[in-house]
Amino acid sequence: MSTTDLDALAARIPDGSRVAIPTSRHGVAMQATHALINRRVRDLHLVAVPTAGLQVDLLIGAGCVKTVESAGITLDEHGQAPRFVAAVKAGTINVLDTTCPALISAIQAGEKGIPFMPMRGLLGSDLLTHRRDYRVIDNPMASSGDPIVLLPAIVPDFALFHAPLADCHGNVWIGKARELMTMAHAARQTLVSVEEIIDTNLLHDELRSPATIPAPYISAVSVCEQGAWPLPLPDRYAADNDELCRYVLAGKTDSGFIDYLNKQHKPPSLSIAATA
Amino acid sequence: MTTATNQPGFSREELLICVIARLLQGVDHIAVGVSSPIPGSAALLARAIAPSTTRVTVLNSRDLQDLNDGVSELFDQAAQGRIGAFFLSGGQIDGSGNINLVGIGEYPKMTVRWSGSFGSALLYYLVPRVILFRDEHTRRTMVDKVDFISAPGRSDSGIYRPGGPRALVTNLCAFRYDKQRGRFHLESIHPGHTLEEVLDQTGFEFDKPDTIPVTTAPEPERLTLLRTQLAALIADPYPAFAERVWKITALAR
Repeated sequence: MSTTDLDALAARIPDGSRVAIPTSRHGVAMQATHALINRRVRDLHLVAVPTAGLQVDLLIGAGCVKTVESAGITLDEHGQAPRFVAAVKAGTINVLDTTCPALISAIQAGEKGIPFMPMRGLLGSDLLTHRRDYRVIDNPMASSGDPIVLLPAIVPDFALFHAPLADCHGNVWIGKARELMTMAHAARQTLVSVEEIIDTNLLHDELRSPATIPAPYISAVSVCEQGAWPLPLPDRYAADNDELCRYVLAGKTDSGFIDYLNKQHKPPSLSIAATA
Repeated sequence: MTTATNQPGFSREELLICVIARLLQGVDHIAVGVSSPIPGSAALLARAIAPSTTRVTVLNSRDLQDLNDGVSELFDQAAQGRIGAFFLSGGQIDGSGNINLVGIGEYPKMTVRWSGSFGSALLYYLVPRVILFRDEHTRRTMVDKVDFISAPGRSDSGIYRPGGPRALVTNLCAFRYDKQRGRFHLESIHPGHTLEEVLDQTGFEFDKPDTIPVTTAPEPERLTLLRTQLAALIADPYPAFAERVWKITALAR
């Protein structure tokens, strides 16, 4: 398998693409996101599966986003995502608000190649009022009545995430972040950055195979140590809270955000290694 | 706040934990979001009281969850009836039990924007015992009518809704939710607070008894449980909270 560098990975995503991204704690391709920002991608339609944070905030602040579909945009214990909030107030992005299980179900419909998925809940919520693409029908399996919401399938142009490892055949191991598998199944192309590539076949490993996305679903892999930094990667590293605090302060103003974006964004451990 | 002139012998957090724990009695599986230390502590207290019949899931914790099927598993469990109690909150909560997690003003270009509705538009309908908790009881948060309904307090007949709000607990008082009337009923006012204060800080109308009880103080044996056995356990998912309330850090693994 040949790998690609982050800039080449980012270059595969054209302006206007619909890109599915994972929740902040399950492996966000943060370094690839900086590469996307550097190539000045525009008009992205981001689909958070089902919530997002720093990644979306950076892309919004850098002017890369037209639409965000999510159940929540948050920096978690660091509070509100400042550029998201500013963009909503200014009316410069479209926001498709929904609820976590609706996003997951819609992606699952995409995975199954079916046109929609029904879901309980949502009736009487203003989320439903504002989602013209959602429909309500009477449950055809019930004797009468029983309204239920139908969610149109989501087939993303790309799934983009960061995983602990890939093997030399291009199979990608995701651990317990099972929705990454669903995203890869649903998306037309899946782009992944990984911490490392190992010389084995993960699909032959009985223990790791169930959490491995087979290579045919994967369009490109980049090796990028600490690729989720400053967000966490399960069982590898925790969030870099100092860096997230720096971002929260910087993101409060337009000028602070631009200054932050123009700095070099490397994990501290790698910066030290590079200068040693 | 609860800085009464005579020391009550328990903290505000301990009182709220014990109030919520009473609401969880008899629930087989309690699920909690990761940023909810007071409800999370109450769930762990409920489990300590009835260990053989109570299971607790704290989302995104390391040791307090038995989930491995990604972000959908909790919602699938709720839809199947595998979760007995959950906690929700709101930037605004209104007198009908509607909750707003989206923002203030006219959607979508709102004057105040919050994170979003998360799982509320499923969980509020399907989890039998949803407890609303908000640590800030003011006219800003307790409003007559929410600006955006993330999830409604009740649904028309004919809509599948096995779950919904059971109670609303705040830093001032505890309400029971009257499902038939779709209104809150004041159950008790916490020590150190008054009806006048509750009325002054509440933007919605609610029902109340002629005589309003003072919220029962924490049971001494439960306080002891919290301070001895549970504090270190609570420090695992909620380190900052446990440090602040009990001056304790998480047990080393």
